[in-house]
Amino acid sequence: MQPPKSEPSPAPALREIQRQFATGIMRPLTREQTMHPEWIDGRPSAEAVGGFIKPNDRLSSIERLEIYNRQYWYRLLDCFYEDFPGLRTLIGDKPFSAMAEAYLTKYRSRSFTLRDLGQDLGKFLEEEPQWAGKHAPLAHDLVRLEWAHIVAFDSEMLPPVDLDELLGQGPETLRLGIQPHLTLLTCDYPVDTYLLATRRREEPQGGASHAMAEQRKKKSARKVPRPREEKVWLAIHRHENSVYYKRLEPAAHALLAQLREGKTLAQACEAAAVLGDETFGEKLKEWFTQWASFGWFVRPN
Amino acid sequence: MPANRFNNFTDYGIGIGLRVPHYQHILSRKPSCDWFEIISENFMVDGGRPLQVLDQILEQYRVVQHGVALYLGSTDGVDQEHLRRLKRLVKRTNTPWLSDHLCWGSIDGSYSHDLLPLPYTFEAARHVAQRIREVRDFLEVPILVENVSSYAEFHASEMTEWEFLSEVVEKADAGILLDVNNIYVSSQNHGFNPYDYLDNIPHDRVGQMHIAGHSKFEKYILDTHDNPVLDPVWKMYAHATKAIGPTATLLEWDDRIPSFDEVHNEALKAGRFCQELVRATSEV
Repeated sequence: MQPPKSEPSPAPALREIQRQFATGIMRPLTREQTMHPEWIDGRPSAEAVGGFIKPNDRLSSIERLEIYNRQYWYRLLDCFYEDFPGLRTLIGDKPFSAMAEAYLTKYRSRSFTLRDLGQDLGKFLEEEPQWAGKHAPLAHDLVRLEWAHIVAFDSEMLPPVDLDELLGQGPETLRLGIQPHLTLLTCDYPVDTYLLATRRREEPQGGASHAMAEQRKKKSARKVPRPREEKVWLAIHRHENSVYYKRLEPAAHALLAQLREGKTLAQACEAAAVLGDETFGEKLKEWFTQWASFGWFVRPN
Repeated sequence: MPANRFNNFTDYGIGIGLRVPHYQHILSRKPSCDWFEIISENFMVDGGRPLQVLDQILEQYRVVQHGVALYLGSTDGVDQEHLRRLKRLVKRTNTPWLSDHLCWGSIDGSYSHDLLPLPYTFEAARHVAQRIREVRDFLEVPILVENVSSYAEFHASEMTEWEFLSEVVEKADAGILLDVNNIYVSSQNHGFNPYDYLDNIPHDRVGQMHIAGHSKFEKYILDTHDNPVLDPVWKMYAHATKAIGPTATLLEWDDRIPSFDEVHNEALKAGRFCQELVRATSEV
């Protein structure tokens, strides 16, 4: 059975009210954590909001909508705060909040789950690198790693293939898929060690929102040294429900990338061998044995 | 014997929300608990620890699904991917019923991740009822809709909140997840008598109840789920239980979460109301 249709409902008055409500709550708060005094059409917000929200004996129309305006931003920023501890540590709490607000204004959530909230952050930082200042290249690497961590945490794990079963197939025709939870990254900075250091200083999740605000100040006082430029090749994956950042040799990384692109084993090896040294042939068996033990190989699409 | 067709799960007793800080305690100690309510969206993933924990819980306990992102009142089209994932989870948990909120939360493809209030209009009631029917037909599981806490009212409203809830569930032929704490919070924020609400909804459609704590601010009350149930809410719960009959009840505790035992003991207070009611009824 198919789900119901995805067209908007014919309830025009309701839709108009929802548009006005969303306009109000999705605009950033002022520095004083109040609703923006001017509506998007230039009218005073009090006048615009008073047109659809009733006041009561304690709160004006705008104060009532402001409760939702605050909840919207506090919820999204808290989620962002937990999802990108590395970037927050790198650029600092205040710049991070400003950057998150700019990102969430430009890229509103398009998914039912908060898990996907940061999916366009890498793209955003490429478009607007000024938010990371002089650390833009490092921030770019870090955000890609932090998103890969989220992907590795709860993405699908397909049944791994048994390499022995495929031995009869020649390398010229053999294709192997790679687990959906595995992301391959090439980074200009050793962001894996940096992120592990920032995660180590984080408390476990599940705390209260007020308590969280107090923790933020304490943690900011403890700096994590910024890494120097050094190229690293990473596989971010899940094994026995834990997420790992595994460093790879450039040739190994290229080999996996080629297989993921759908190349045959022979083509992938040929392309990767260019990056390897004289031990490439010996290492191949070792790599495949290890990757198979992690369950990285699956049947290709 | 069940009181009615929407309340035929009375033997479910008292449950608590399954939350991350309690995972280890539940899995290692296997404490007694009538049932757990899960937030559906937390488990609508493709793999990893969330599903592993859920499967372990399902081996030992009954689980009921409660959603926070169906947005039955949103005028955007149905999120088909959301529904497909939800149906997959329904098959996994075998939930006897599924609940979500009488609210909206997305517009023009943008998600607020909040439970936003609806104007109480006949147009909105028709829209939500139609959406509930579509969702139920696809998911093939009974749907209960929950009243939300609210902080704003609309000029456009044509009826009270309890009249709106009644209109929706009658039109959709759906059940009610009656959140007693939410009624109290909204009654204080909007100045209505919460007992008028409790007395004027179709009792025969209440399939589950929620109780929770809230926080008082100078000019309004927030539904924070971060402390024990307060006395006025317990009094309302007793009143509702008397009117509706013993009903599957769940304590929500979502922030500043204490130990499993503390949460469970708070929830079990609700069980005592039900037991006293049963005793009083049998003595008559």
